[in-house]
Amino acid sequence: MDNNGGYKSLINIWLLLMFLTFITVWIAQFDFGALNVPIALLIASLKASVVALYFMHLKYEDGMTWIFATYPIFLLFLLIGFTVVDMFSRVIN
Amino acid sequence: MSEAQESNYLENGHGFKSWFYTVDHKRIGVMYLWAIGVFFVLAAIASFLVRAEHLTPGQTIVSADTYNVLFTLHGAMMVFLFIVPGVAASFGNFLIPLMIGAKDVIFPKLNLYSFWLYLAGAAIFLIALAAPADTGWTFYTPYSIETGANVILITFGVFVLGFSSILTGINFIVTMHKLRAPGMTWDRLPLFCWAAYATSLLQVLATPVVGITLLLLIGERYFGLGFFDPAKGGDPVMFQHFFWFYSHPAVYIMILPAMGIISEIMPVFSRKPIFGYKAIAYSSLAIALISFLVWGHHMFVSGQSKLINIIFSVITYAVAVPTAIKVFNWLWTMYKGSIELSTAMLYSLAFIFLFTIGGLTGLFLGALAADVHLHDTYFVVAHMHYVMIGGTVFGFFAALHFWYPKMWGRMFDEFKAKIAFVLIFIGFNVVFFPQFIMGTLGMPRRYFNYAPEFQTFHQISTYGTWIIGVGFILMLWVLMRPLPGKAEGNPYDSLSLEWSMDSPPGTFNFDEIPTVTEPVYNYGTKIEAEE
Repeated sequence: MDNNGGYKSLINIWLLLMFLTFITVWIAQFDFGALNVPIALLIASLKASVVALYFMHLKYEDGMTWIFATYPIFLLFLLIGFTVVDMFSRVIN
Repeated sequence: MSEAQESNYLENGHGFKSWFYTVDHKRIGVMYLWAIGVFFVLAAIASFLVRAEHLTPGQTIVSADTYNVLFTLHGAMMVFLFIVPGVAASFGNFLIPLMIGAKDVIFPKLNLYSFWLYLAGAAIFLIALAAPADTGWTFYTPYSIETGANVILITFGVFVLGFSSILTGINFIVTMHKLRAPGMTWDRLPLFCWAAYATSLLQVLATPVVGITLLLLIGERYFGLGFFDPAKGGDPVMFQHFFWFYSHPAVYIMILPAMGIISEIMPVFSRKPIFGYKAIAYSSLAIALISFLVWGHHMFVSGQSKLINIIFSVITYAVAVPTAIKVFNWLWTMYKGSIELSTAMLYSLAFIFLFTIGGLTGLFLGALAADVHLHDTYFVVAHMHYVMIGGTVFGFFAALHFWYPKMWGRMFDEFKAKIAFVLIFIGFNVVFFPQFIMGTLGMPRRYFNYAPEFQTFHQISTYGTWIIGVGFILMLWVLMRPLPGKAEGNPYDSLSLEWSMDSPPGTFNFDEIPTVTEPVYNYGTKIEAEE
């Protein structure tokens, strides 16, 4: 295991993920209206980022790996973006 | 054959197990070649039946329901079992390590696993034949949710095939990053490898989307989830967005490797360095990038908003630029060259001619006003086949002939192969050119019946399939009956690394990893003369 902070760092990350899971469950009892989904997505994204950075070692990788790892996020926004623009700009006769 | 490698890859082990469990990239490439060949023939038979049905209006040889099944099978098999995995997995596997100076791909076991996954997906497809789908290869909702035909099995087959595609893509990308021989810099990489690299990017990035989309479709049919059902707050057009987000880049998964093949063959038989190496290399990446931005041009009449239609129409024209760069560079490579009209070169020239027609008619369809009239007509069928057959399949046939001595260590009868080429070229145009005219006159695609005024066009088109069929059979006959005697190691005097060894290659390709010191396309230069 090189340059990844060792087992202590991984255990800390695991504890953080457990904590965020607890937050996800705890926060579900509150109704934030339209913000319900964005808040759930925010916590989920945070967890996914931590997994990618530490458990998948992205934090310690070079620029090329970062390009490969982040480009699909751009594509995801592209897919959702164009689809949403279509849905909200349709004229229904 | 060197002492270190006493046998070539074909002779290193015999029997089923020696092939089925092999991790040799060349054997895996050959197995892909046979597998996709079988599905190509099956899908072609389905298309011949579809065309025969159109000899007369109304029922000629099959019922309307059978007709729907036949064109679905033709499209789904050709797309998912032949043309998407086709050139990339077969020739990509065989050639990439040889071209970059490596002994194998970087993950040989993963490579074999990809092939097994391909077989598993194909097996599911074959099982689905017992109760085939009738949706067309696009599985559009809401029909794909409502039809009584078996949609789930065939979509699950596509889902499994997707994993094979992704794993192959990952393998090729990492191989080209990590296993290039010393001196094989990115600007010396053969253009087939650049094309395979761009293809692999598309396979890795786009395929998961169609996998998820087809899972949603399965969920919709099984559990009535409502993603694509307006009554439950869903949207059927959303299926098309997700489907084409993969399937438009998939068009380039199909065509890019064929473009790579043409880039390899042109300089060899023109005895000139490739014109605009960097432009061709980077245009492959540009095509991969832009192909993600144009999917909505398949949906101009789907109810998609006018605003997004305009945006997609404008971007669609952008993708023509890197494609045209390649075509102009191939033409300029031939200019004042010492051209040899070998069979592989003939297929390459046909590729340029037919693909240009396919590409230019794509621009008609990218124009909003024209597309309203031409959408879902035979014009689209003709356009797609000029790109997919005229482009990819002709490129594939060029590769079959060009690397034939490398793969099998034998030569074929060039004269008979050229006769087969002439038949296929003429037959192809007789089949599909009338379809452009039919389409502009309003003949819709996927219709069992048609108005009497279209009969002559349909009949000409059907006769064309008979010509092309004879051509295919002759081509197969020629390739199955190699000439006696062993082929020379490098019969075309190519300068690429894959020709620097005996034909067929030994199991480990190179006794020692070579050091590359010169650009790969130095034909007709002082360096070649010295060599």
